[in-house]
Amino acid sequence: MDINLFNFITAIFVGGAAGYLGSLMITKRMALVGDALGHVALPGMGLALLLGFNVSLGAFVFLLLGVFSVWFLERKSDLPTETLVGVIFVLSLALGFLITPEPELLHALVGDISRVSLLDAVVSVILSVSVLFVVNKIYKKIILASLSEDLAISNKIDIKKNNLIYLLVIAVIVALGVKVVGSLLIGALVIVPAAASRNISRNMRQYVLRAIFLGSLSCVLGIGLFMITGFPVGPLIILTSVFFFIISLIFKK
Amino acid sequence: MSDIILEVKNLSVRFDGNKVIDDLSFDLREKDNLVILGPNGAGKTVLLKTLLGIFPFQGNIRWRENIKIGYVPQKFLADKNIPLNIEEFFKFKKINSEEIAAVLKSVGIKDKTIFSKRIGALSSGQLQRILIAWALIDNPDILLFDEPTAGIDIEGEETIYNLLSQIEKERDLTIILITHDLSVVYKFADSVLCLNKKAVCQGPPQEVLKLENLNQLYGGEIKFYQHGH
Repeated sequence: MDINLFNFITAIFVGGAAGYLGSLMITKRMALVGDALGHVALPGMGLALLLGFNVSLGAFVFLLLGVFSVWFLERKSDLPTETLVGVIFVLSLALGFLITPEPELLHALVGDISRVSLLDAVVSVILSVSVLFVVNKIYKKIILASLSEDLAISNKIDIKKNNLIYLLVIAVIVALGVKVVGSLLIGALVIVPAAASRNISRNMRQYVLRAIFLGSLSCVLGIGLFMITGFPVGPLIILTSVFFFIISLIFKK
Repeated sequence: MSDIILEVKNLSVRFDGNKVIDDLSFDLREKDNLVILGPNGAGKTVLLKTLLGIFPFQGNIRWRENIKIGYVPQKFLADKNIPLNIEEFFKFKKINSEEIAAVLKSVGIKDKTIFSKRIGALSSGQLQRILIAWALIDNPDILLFDEPTAGIDIEGEETIYNLLSQIEKERDLTIILITHDLSVVYKFADSVLCLNKKAVCQGPPQEVLKLENLNQLYGGEIKFYQHGH
């Protein structure tokens, strides 16, 4: 497997955007949502690999389906959202295992950045920058709503609208990220750099910038380790980010 | 006679079919301070949130046109460890550092080192002042307070009420305040609304706060001495 410059660029941008979004997800106590959605993406990735179209596109279509199903079931049942997400998540996982051709299964689960084409890279960079931009737009509003929903509403913030945008952005990042670290590990790429950043940050500015930086750095170093060792890229990226997390515990503020 | 700033007519709020507020009507004049009294579960907080547009309702709530409402919530900050400092919290609104310093000064905080303090590291009294300052940024015409002294010790309580009176005089605004503290009422209220789903009594404090009304409101014997201020 060959790694070239646009693999690096893709990983830097997707990793940074994932870190940024992750910082918001931790504040909203939705750390495991990325994990669950990563699995929801699997059947879409399987179909894409089977029929030969873009993996991220397949993932995104199934993510939208998954988010819609949860929203629909919430209206049809009294069960907690978390439980419904659990049902959709195992359904997707089971379907994903059946659909995905066996030789491709490992690639779907742990990602393979060397398969990213030039076009993929361009699209990934554009979408990642869009995610950074959109998250920046909704960040303060969502933080305020997490401090006090009432205060947010009395300041004319439309919480439902912002939450919908937020969920769509998560879907985009998961769809992009499954190419880099795979469906099993995307949850980690979203959460671990942000968690490390939170350990060492005293204010929002530090928290956000360090989450982005650690997300990108983990991806770059992970690819570097792959070039040296030849082990799969996805796990190496996540191990790098967990390494930063452990370091951050030592410097915890 | 000053203008009516808020008109509430036949207001009812239901949760799952249960009436939490039942056919409530009252007016509020500009620059009058209204204190809402009532036992736990009487619908005080629900009323305040309904006035803010948080809960759906039946009946009419009419605010004066283009009114600016400031709100100081009772529950705030579920996550004490959030990496957010005071300056950043103020910059959620469009405001520069000098303006932050000025509004903090008006709630009695002069020490600028508070800018870089994490919001979760504040004492409950400091947090209350910060929230009041935050509500004051947009120069509201009216401030809504939900038990501003909940969770604050008695000494801190006293200073918060002094602060409210001071702000009210300086800024010439209208205040709606929920409280349990009857002694505050005489110092502060131009009118009182005793709420227990319905309006049990309403009017100026001297007229309204009679023992029989309070017994009806709190549903039993209550020891209460009229303060001779």
